[in-house]
Amino acid sequence: MIRFLLGKLAYLIPTFLGITIVAFGFVRLLPGDPVLLMAGERGITPERHAELSAQLGFDRPIWVQYLDFLGNLFQGDFGLSLTTKKPVLTEFLTLFPATVELGLVAVTLATLIGIPLGVFAAIKRGSWFDQISMGTALVGYSMPIFWWGLLLIIFFSGILKWTPVSGRIDLLYFFPNGTGFMLWDSLVSGQKGAFLSAVRHLILPAIVLATIPMAVIARQSRSAMLEVLGEDYVRTARAKGMSPFRVISVHALRNALIPVVTTIGLQVGVVMAGAILTETIFSWPGIGKWMIDSISRRDYPSVQGGLLLMAGVVMLVNLIVDLLYGVINPRIRHS
Amino acid sequence: MTDVTKSAPQGSETKRLLREFWFYFSENRGAVIGLCVFLALVLIAAFAPLLAPHSPTLQNRDALLVPPFWEQGGNPSFLLGTDAVGRDILSRLIFGARQSLFIGCVVVSIALTGGIILGLVAGFFGGWVDAVIMRVMDVILAFPSLLLALVMVAILGPGLTNAMIAIAIVLQPHFARLTRAAVMAEKNREYVMAARVAGAGRLRLMFRTILPNCLAPLIVQGTLSFSNAVLDAAALGFLGMGAQPPTPEWGTMLAEAREFILRAWWVVTFPGLAILITVLAINLVGDGLRDALDPKLKRS
Repeated sequence: MIRFLLGKLAYLIPTFLGITIVAFGFVRLLPGDPVLLMAGERGITPERHAELSAQLGFDRPIWVQYLDFLGNLFQGDFGLSLTTKKPVLTEFLTLFPATVELGLVAVTLATLIGIPLGVFAAIKRGSWFDQISMGTALVGYSMPIFWWGLLLIIFFSGILKWTPVSGRIDLLYFFPNGTGFMLWDSLVSGQKGAFLSAVRHLILPAIVLATIPMAVIARQSRSAMLEVLGEDYVRTARAKGMSPFRVISVHALRNALIPVVTTIGLQVGVVMAGAILTETIFSWPGIGKWMIDSISRRDYPSVQGGLLLMAGVVMLVNLIVDLLYGVINPRIRHS
Repeated sequence: MTDVTKSAPQGSETKRLLREFWFYFSENRGAVIGLCVFLALVLIAAFAPLLAPHSPTLQNRDALLVPPFWEQGGNPSFLLGTDAVGRDILSRLIFGARQSLFIGCVVVSIALTGGIILGLVAGFFGGWVDAVIMRVMDVILAFPSLLLALVMVAILGPGLTNAMIAIAIVLQPHFARLTRAAVMAEKNREYVMAARVAGAGRLRLMFRTILPNCLAPLIVQGTLSFSNAVLDAAALGFLGMGAQPPTPEWGTMLAEAREFILRAWWVVTFPGLAILITVLAINLVGDGLRDALDPKLKRS
């Protein structure tokens, strides 16, 4: 296990350094003077320019700048946001729970619907259920989710008036010492109607964000299940006279789910990219919307930090999934 | 000597392979439907000026937000209605097909060429060349694709060309990885050794001997990337970083329509439907191609 972990890290460290180079290079590749861009000032005197340049470290050789950048990162210093003048890391951590909450609900939704859909489709291969569910999955997989979100808003918020159009909770609710996870905060606060309000705000964005992962998981579950159903050990179990339910639930499903776990893990990147669109449509105050806002406000320290942190989160989750895969897959565990 | 390296199939052989391919492809009903829809889209794009009833950028000031013809207040000369500045939605959709197919073709060509060259070089030479190329690919894949494309567009400046370059760079590692894996599997096979012994140079070995035998997975990935490119370009357009107004691009049309979603459903519904149908058709073809080109599935 330790060797497995070390092997993974040997891959991850160069990748992580690559990510930092991309984030570092990003600011220097932008059209315009990086000093002005990072300081958020324009039309300044040469003296002020020299002062800023020294303050931000742009007057030193590029490799010193990079090492400084790297050193600051390891101390948790991602620079200051130009719009709020607060540390980028603080901004990120304030908004991150909103995205995590949305993403977790979406992935849970996708898993709870996707796996049964795929498994039943495989068991009933060629039936109308198989055809309809896989057709739906392909439509979901092909869905432009920003349009799907708008359609849901038209229907559920515009026509039925069931759900709000934006935000995380009604303005009358406020949780002074909240965790940032609205579902949890509203539940433990005991304020009447707060939890329901949080759910009503969350449900449409979660459905939108879950759409593509759900389709991918359903398709993957079906093909994994089909593969396993053709294996010798399943035939043996059937030949032993086991009930079809036991064969499927004990022998087939457990083995079919192993590759599906990896698929679910890989959806984290998809969810991060999807969060950018979903949060923009529903004005969900998470890091996806923050990134878009930062790009349009030319708040480059925030864009740089956000880029790095989002890629870091994706890498970290992928590492955890890899480790989990080693734990649940006996073939890897014992090799 | 040259006869030994000549591995390209002759005319009748190509025909037989194509017939066999079509046999397996046409067994998949969805794939055939997808192909028909895709061909229809190509025709629509090609004959857009003849098919469109109006100019895609002509603003009819006396016909703002006209609903589709079957709704009350609809006007038969604007079949799918008009947008907020009075442009005919149907005509914009027809011209939008040109944009989307163009985006798909350009992005896939760039990503495929770049990915194949990098993958061939990495797989063929191995060692540190391979390590460097593949680590760079890992870095690109570590970022959420849309985020990286967005940041690249921020560097290059908003616009369709830059959006296409950004999407191609983001999609390209998939081709590089596939090509590399295929090359690693093929390069020690006997026919490659035979070509090498016969005196084939490195370039010839890479492009003429090995590459044709790695094409099947690349074709499938190419189709998938085509649909991804259409989706991502529309997403960038929607976020204001892709094609700029008044270009009749479907994602950009959706962005312009956002503020009217609760007043005029048609300005939002039709462009998105066009994206969905296009992407769905290409994905159906992709599924069919995968089944037809995968020898493991063929035998089952």
